[in-house]
Amino acid sequence: MLGRAWNSDLGYSFRTSPVALVSTAIALILIIAAVFAPVLAPHDPMDVASLSLMDSMKPPVGMADADWSNPLGTDNQGRDVLSAIMYGMRVSLLVGFFSVLFAIVVGIAIGLLAGYAGGIIDAVLMRVADVQLTFPSILTALLVDGVITAALPRTMRESLQIYVIIFAIGISLWPNFARTVRGSTLVERNKDYVMAARVIGVPSWRIMLSHVLPNVVGPVMVIGTLGLGLAIIGEATLSFLGVGLPPTQPSLGTLIRLGDDFLFSGQWWVTVFPGVALILMVLAINLLGDWLRDALNPRLR
Amino acid sequence: MLGFIGSRILQAIPVLLVVGFIAFALFDYVGDPVNILLGQDHTEAQRLALIKQLGLDQPFFVQYGRFLWTALHGNFGISYRLAQPVSGLIAERLPATLELAITASVLAFAIGVPMGVYTGIHRNTALSRLFMTVSLVGVSLPTFLLGILLILLFSVWLGWLPSFGRGPVVHVGGWWTTGFTSWAGIRSLILPAITLGLFQMTLIMRLVRAEMLEVLRTDYIKFARARGLTNRAINFGHALKNTLVPVITVIGLQFGGIVAFSLVTETVFQWPGMGLLLVQSVAVADIPVMSAYLLLIALVFVLINLVVDLLYYAVDPRLRARR
Repeated sequence: MLGRAWNSDLGYSFRTSPVALVSTAIALILIIAAVFAPVLAPHDPMDVASLSLMDSMKPPVGMADADWSNPLGTDNQGRDVLSAIMYGMRVSLLVGFFSVLFAIVVGIAIGLLAGYAGGIIDAVLMRVADVQLTFPSILTALLVDGVITAALPRTMRESLQIYVIIFAIGISLWPNFARTVRGSTLVERNKDYVMAARVIGVPSWRIMLSHVLPNVVGPVMVIGTLGLGLAIIGEATLSFLGVGLPPTQPSLGTLIRLGDDFLFSGQWWVTVFPGVALILMVLAINLLGDWLRDALNPRLR
Repeated sequence: MLGFIGSRILQAIPVLLVVGFIAFALFDYVGDPVNILLGQDHTEAQRLALIKQLGLDQPFFVQYGRFLWTALHGNFGISYRLAQPVSGLIAERLPATLELAITASVLAFAIGVPMGVYTGIHRNTALSRLFMTVSLVGVSLPTFLLGILLILLFSVWLGWLPSFGRGPVVHVGGWWTTGFTSWAGIRSLILPAITLGLFQMTLIMRLVRAEMLEVLRTDYIKFARARGLTNRAINFGHALKNTLVPVITVIGLQFGGIVAFSLVTETVFQWPGMGLLLVQSVAVADIPVMSAYLLLIALVFVLINLVVDLLYYAVDPRLRARR
């Protein structure tokens, strides 16, 4: 399986593309650092008992009064910035991944339905997607987030916030997937193999799921990768605006917002390092997405 | 021409009605104004009287109609958070947002188009590669982070530019306020405008580049070369002109995006505009402000679409001929 993937056209294009290799390496390092944060991180930023105000606002290595126990310095509560970033990336990746997954599921379902059924169903669904696409996704996510939060009872808000954010960002991204899937479905449904399946009496839902769906996976992968970058930025933006994840569950965006307060007193590292982590993560994902698009679609080059 | 505008306006009405419906549904399903107004101690009779007084006993569509009617008259209710009429709050902040959005758009256009033309004509020079790399970074860099980094560099470290607020503003013609009259006001505008405009600039640049590459391959450009026209005449007179239709669409549609997206920039720079108002309202579930903002943004989008359609008409003679 792995060998086949390695020797396929896609595998060859991957092996010979320096951009793909470097961005994969960066993405892998960041993902490993995030997933294994409890093992790899030098400190536990969630463990309040281990924090000491004596250690607060230590600068990163390379500046005066710094030491290697906090390579990227500490924040106002003495929390290690590097560890906080590793735990923060966990949250950012988790929210980003599940938001995109949600958007993909909704987008594929609606796109397949619209493309295969056609007619009035297609017209209505695509009209809705068009209207939503004219609004920036961050505005949609912000409003959805605001409305759901307002509808929830006050005591449950904090514990459910992460699901609300995943839902809000997922909803803001689905039209991209639906439009692509619909486009590919329209092409596929008129091909001979679909006709043949229909002739031998395969039910519509089965044609959609086991014949059309596998053929629209390529474009969905491309948009999914680029969408992951968008979702991570979206979550970070919401958290920065103060309507995202609570400080008890800090993502990169929350860390940047909390650190923003110390910019003027000279402690730039509290906000800049989480920002750099965010940029690296999104840049690596976007480069991978760009490469994937070119590799799957040689005509675009 | 008039029929064209008329049909466009007719198409816009359902969109506004749907958005109005969503805005109204927000009022209807989120929170219970009767409970909020009455507090803990009240009799059932008082409750019913208040429901009747607020008109909440009326059928759904009657309430929706009344909501639209009052919204048409510029009345969006009272903000829960600030206890002031929402229309006044928004009118106060509209000039700040529009000034920022227009400056950012002009900046994005004035820099993005020449960069796009250059990278389109000279595909493989070092400068083109630099522009393309910068644009990729611009797409990957979240707006709020760009704002923070600009503040860190130009306000904290270099101390050249102010980091928050609009600076001194002057009232013009009753309700409009402007920061353009003083040097301090213009200086306050620089960082927010760059922050807001950079993403659009990279978008415009990439679009112009792609369109230029497309157009430069066509037969009429080859023919123009065969006729011995100067490169300058071909690139700007023939090629750039034909890339303008999609560019105008995107810039037009993006302007709505800029107005909406300014909420992030306004939060970073504490810019006293509509976006900051919305973010503060979302944080405390201030429904009247949220629904008014939604309606206003929808109106802005519809108006922009209309203007874009009219610009097509002006730019592309084929559209005029077909009708």
